[in-house]
Amino acid sequence: MTLVSTVTVGAGGATSIAFTGIPQTGTDLLIRISSRNSGGVNAALISFNSSTTGFSARRLFGSGSTVSSNTYTDNRGFYTSFSTDTAGTFGNCEIYIPNYSGSTNKSYSSDSVSENNAAAAYQALIAGLWSNTAAITSISLYPTSGNFDQYSTASLYTITKGSGGATVS
Amino acid sequence: MTETLYKIVVDCSTGEQTQVALSAEELAQREADATAYAAQKAIEDAATEALATLKASAKAKLIAGQPLTAEEADTLVI
Repeated sequence: MTLVSTVTVGAGGATSIAFTGIPQTGTDLLIRISSRNSGGVNAALISFNSSTTGFSARRLFGSGSTVSSNTYTDNRGFYTSFSTDTAGTFGNCEIYIPNYSGSTNKSYSSDSVSENNAAAAYQALIAGLWSNTAAITSISLYPTSGNFDQYSTASLYTITKGSGGATVS
Repeated sequence: MTETLYKIVVDCSTGEQTQVALSAEELAQREADATAYAAQKAIEDAATEALATLKASAKAKLIAGQPLTAEEADTLVI
């Protein structure tokens, strides 16, 4: 697993984090995110190659009091802590994208949680599909509204088959 | 005065990170995303609330020995 890049949001926040020029040298991609949204929503979206169409997803979701499963036709990405969560807490997420440089439709899975010192905290497992056969060369992550707060981070890794599992930073 | 919104773009081929102001098109897309999400969430919240209401009604009727509607029974039978 090789670290490609890490982004840390600076003062003032950011509407989105975009990785462009993704090297086509790996087999799979992994994104690790620690984030907080300045707005009042906890959902964030993902786009590939600047495209937000051709996406579908299934989500298993827990809110701290209820569980649900949903089907989406949008580019649902992950969940994050947001403005009403305990100050200074950040949500965590991993997004895995296998065979990102291949010529088949692209699947992804995300496992995310928000952090909150209260009953309402969220966890989501998302299985997504981008019905597009293009190799993924860029990825954008963005909350449905609001900004990523300062100190939110996102790290992109490539994972190469047969590489033995060592992490290279 | 309208606040300028920025995105962070990292070029993985060079490692260069830049802060870029959103274009008018991106701002419009952002508004559309927010509106679509709010509408979808309202539907989900209503469905969750309706299910909780049905379950509560089913439980109350079971305790009271009253017949359940088919919808209420569906919340109990896997």
